[in-house]
Amino acid sequence: MASGSPAVAHVTPDLAAEHGLSSEEYAHLLDILGRAPSLTELGIFSVMWSEHCSYKSSKVWLRLLPTEGPRVIQGPGENAGVVDLGDGDAAIFKMESHNHPSFIEPYQGAATGVGGIMRDVFTMGARPVANLNALRFGEPDHPKTRHLVSGVVAGIGGYGNCIGVPTVGGEVNFDEGYNTNILVNAMCVGLARTDRIFYAAAKGTGHSVVYVGSKTGRDGIHGATMASAEFNDDTEEKRPTVQVGDPFTEKLLVEACLELMATDAIIAIQDMGAAGLTCSCIEMADKGGVGIDLDLDAVPTREQGMSAYDMMLSESQERMLMVLTPGAEEIARAVFTKWGLDFAIVGITTDTGRLVARHKGETKVDVPIDVLANSAPEYKRPWVLPEPPEAIDPSDVAPPESIEAALEAMIGSPHLCSRAWVWEQYDHMVMADTLVRPGGDAAVVRIHGTNKGLAATADVTPRYCAADPREGGKQAVAEVWRNLTATGAEPIAITDCLNFGNPERPEIMGQFVGCIEGMVEACNTLDFPVVSGNVSLYNETNGQAIPPTPAIGGIGLIPDITQIARIAPTAPDQNLVLIGPERGHLGQSLYMQIVLDAKLGAPPPVDLEAEKRAGDLVRSLIREDGVAAVHDISDGGLLIALCEMALAGNIGIELAPYQGNLPLHAVLFGEDQGRYIVAVDGDGQDILTRASESGLPARLLGRTGGDAITMGDESVFPLARLRELHEGWLPEHMRTI
Amino acid sequence: MKSSVIVFPGSNCDRDVAVSLEQLTGHAPAMVWHGEAVVPDSDLIVLPGGFSYGDYLRSGAMAAHSPIMTDIIAKARAGVAVLGICNGFQVLTETRLLPGILMRNASLKFICRDVLLRVERDDTIFTNHYTKGDVIRIPVAHHDGNYFSDDDTIRALEDEGRVVLRYCDADGTIGEDSNPNGSRANIAGVIDKTGRILGLMPHPERLADEALGGTDGAPMFRSLLEALH
Repeated sequence: MASGSPAVAHVTPDLAAEHGLSSEEYAHLLDILGRAPSLTELGIFSVMWSEHCSYKSSKVWLRLLPTEGPRVIQGPGENAGVVDLGDGDAAIFKMESHNHPSFIEPYQGAATGVGGIMRDVFTMGARPVANLNALRFGEPDHPKTRHLVSGVVAGIGGYGNCIGVPTVGGEVNFDEGYNTNILVNAMCVGLARTDRIFYAAAKGTGHSVVYVGSKTGRDGIHGATMASAEFNDDTEEKRPTVQVGDPFTEKLLVEACLELMATDAIIAIQDMGAAGLTCSCIEMADKGGVGIDLDLDAVPTREQGMSAYDMMLSESQERMLMVLTPGAEEIARAVFTKWGLDFAIVGITTDTGRLVARHKGETKVDVPIDVLANSAPEYKRPWVLPEPPEAIDPSDVAPPESIEAALEAMIGSPHLCSRAWVWEQYDHMVMADTLVRPGGDAAVVRIHGTNKGLAATADVTPRYCAADPREGGKQAVAEVWRNLTATGAEPIAITDCLNFGNPERPEIMGQFVGCIEGMVEACNTLDFPVVSGNVSLYNETNGQAIPPTPAIGGIGLIPDITQIARIAPTAPDQNLVLIGPERGHLGQSLYMQIVLDAKLGAPPPVDLEAEKRAGDLVRSLIREDGVAAVHDISDGGLLIALCEMALAGNIGIELAPYQGNLPLHAVLFGEDQGRYIVAVDGDGQDILTRASESGLPARLLGRTGGDAITMGDESVFPLARLRELHEGWLPEHMRTI
Repeated sequence: MKSSVIVFPGSNCDRDVAVSLEQLTGHAPAMVWHGEAVVPDSDLIVLPGGFSYGDYLRSGAMAAHSPIMTDIIAKARAGVAVLGICNGFQVLTETRLLPGILMRNASLKFICRDVLLRVERDDTIFTNHYTKGDVIRIPVAHHDGNYFSDDDTIRALEDEGRVVLRYCDADGTIGEDSNPNGSRANIAGVIDKTGRILGLMPHPERLADEALGGTDGAPMFRSLLEALH
């Protein structure tokens, strides 16, 4: 169904099926109501029971994730997670997908994804201070890719730039597995005071339910249902289900909400996101243990003749629902009027436990809230985990024609080239607190007015997850932890955005289960709880699923912003030390993919205990002012990481000849986990000693100097050439649009 | 020095410039809502960056008609110093306090990065702490920063020495390669005939604090303090 209310007035099993309800689910609905639902009620149940809102396929597995820790103030279940940063500061953050809409209409889909995640954060009382995103596109040459990249990047920038929240980090991948299902995952981090955090629970009866923000239109009706179905060739026809963003209104809404939150006027507040008015009413009422009577005639509407069905299911953006303390209505009205926003008292909390909506003198909805909120089906779907592939011995992986040729192919590839073309379209400096800009391991923003910093990053390596979901899930969490650590931050908590195909297929469900199990293990070992998240399933077109992509967003705390590590060496003659193992693991590496055109073998295993020791050592070194630069080693391996450091610092590196027994290409391009390169002013001997005391391998790699990366006399890679390759590919590719 | 920062709906660099003013001049500015009729007594009025009214009609066009603008225009004509940064520059051209317009960037894309600027005047109240010919590094962040005016106006601006900042490369050369947005004559900032009103696209408040990676924006605030204290 495209949009708007269906023409028929009587609900039939066929109409229920069109709304995405299975016959069992429809029977269950009849059972709950003891009668046939009205059309509006059917719409309400269909969105509340959609995969997007109910997590019916994933809930049973999500419960395995650790969600508690000494710094956790609020775990999953609210609009966003909340962690304690000390001194009364709290970070509130979450990541969410907007995949389906972004594929259909990339600019608006991505823009409203950013708007939605920011609302989740400021709803809880936080001022958004950093946006990140994790983007996956199809092959660069796929006919849709340029259009999608261009639209998504412009949409993210268009929204975040206007609001004035810096977009500081993220990642961009290209892979044929996303040709017809791109992923747009947006993350927002906000800051609040621990004593001024706002929740959704609408406690108490007789309180005004207030609608603020934009008017309600017919856009986005059934967005949540669309997000819970596979695509097919008719997908373009779903364009009307994509919402249209208005960042200017959202900016006003942020300021107005924060202004009102400084008073004691608000009992509960909830943004209207997926399933709009329906979902926000039900969540607030359910959490507060009350009922809500809604007067739909009072809802500000953009169009004439909107039905109850339209109003209850619209996903018009930039709207909030609040429950106010008695007598605070006029204070609130004054604030919203000042900011030029709609303000309407649309209902009242009751003791009936029911959601009742009246429109033009008729009762259109009368349903029990508790049942509606908590009776969503829950499935333990069948799953199969494939046998993990065998690890490949480095000596069995063909060497390149030459190291030069391999490096040139890799550094200038879509997978490893600079993303500056993307982040230069995002205002990453507004708010004047961005201490580490995009392009490093993690971005760092200053906690305004303090000497503390907040590090943030988003990562996952889908090719690892596809080869071995458990190891891939582990690796995603470990890489986030490592990237935060590389700036000097103490990793605090994560949000997850779990993107998978159709969960009704056992092999897809197996990928989901495997990734979750890997994440659980990593979160437990690294003391890295999950405080919020989102699941996006049915990322398939014509039966072709995306690679499993559990994107992980993490934040960390830097207690003293004078002790931050960046990836750029700061002077010549700094020694470079490798901390971590050298096993030359090339299975599922980018070397294999780019140079050998293969995706074979097991992904690199993550030794979580060693990971923790290496990270703890690196963090200590940074905090003792013992390092000049730090970079973690990930995609592409050691030589790529060294190139990134050299390019960032605009200074060459003289590498000492490799003395070990592994093939050179495995040493340079192997993607062994748990590794860092540290640049130091001294000779680095004390770091070797400290590493050895921690049971970690370490060796001197070489030192900074000159204007090339050299390995003895035979291999010389001039920085100018590396820069041309690294920075050239993406702008050139996008120029041909 | 008494200063006021005007807050339009959609301004988003108002806090940033207020922080720089306070840190570098020792005086916190008054934050003045656009709906007010009068700007409090000030030596300097700052129109900050952002997206006033969402830039929906044309950048700065709606803000130029905000209630407060009547008083700002009157005060500017009476000699109160006015600094327009980014969206503030766009508002100043829309009110005709400064000539020209800011069109969409030649690339048609939003652009956010550090750029190099050549200081063309060191004898203004905004730039007396720089030296003419200095190459400074300051970020831009805009979609509509492509300065345009007709040939006569550009010639007059050049003849009267009213181009204060120009996009340049590391050795101060002015050329197409160092022009981020297509501005005519690489113009990044212009001043009015009285020398009291400056509009510029780059954001000096974003690199005026060592923690942020540079301080080339700081002398602008120090210049104002010295001239207007």
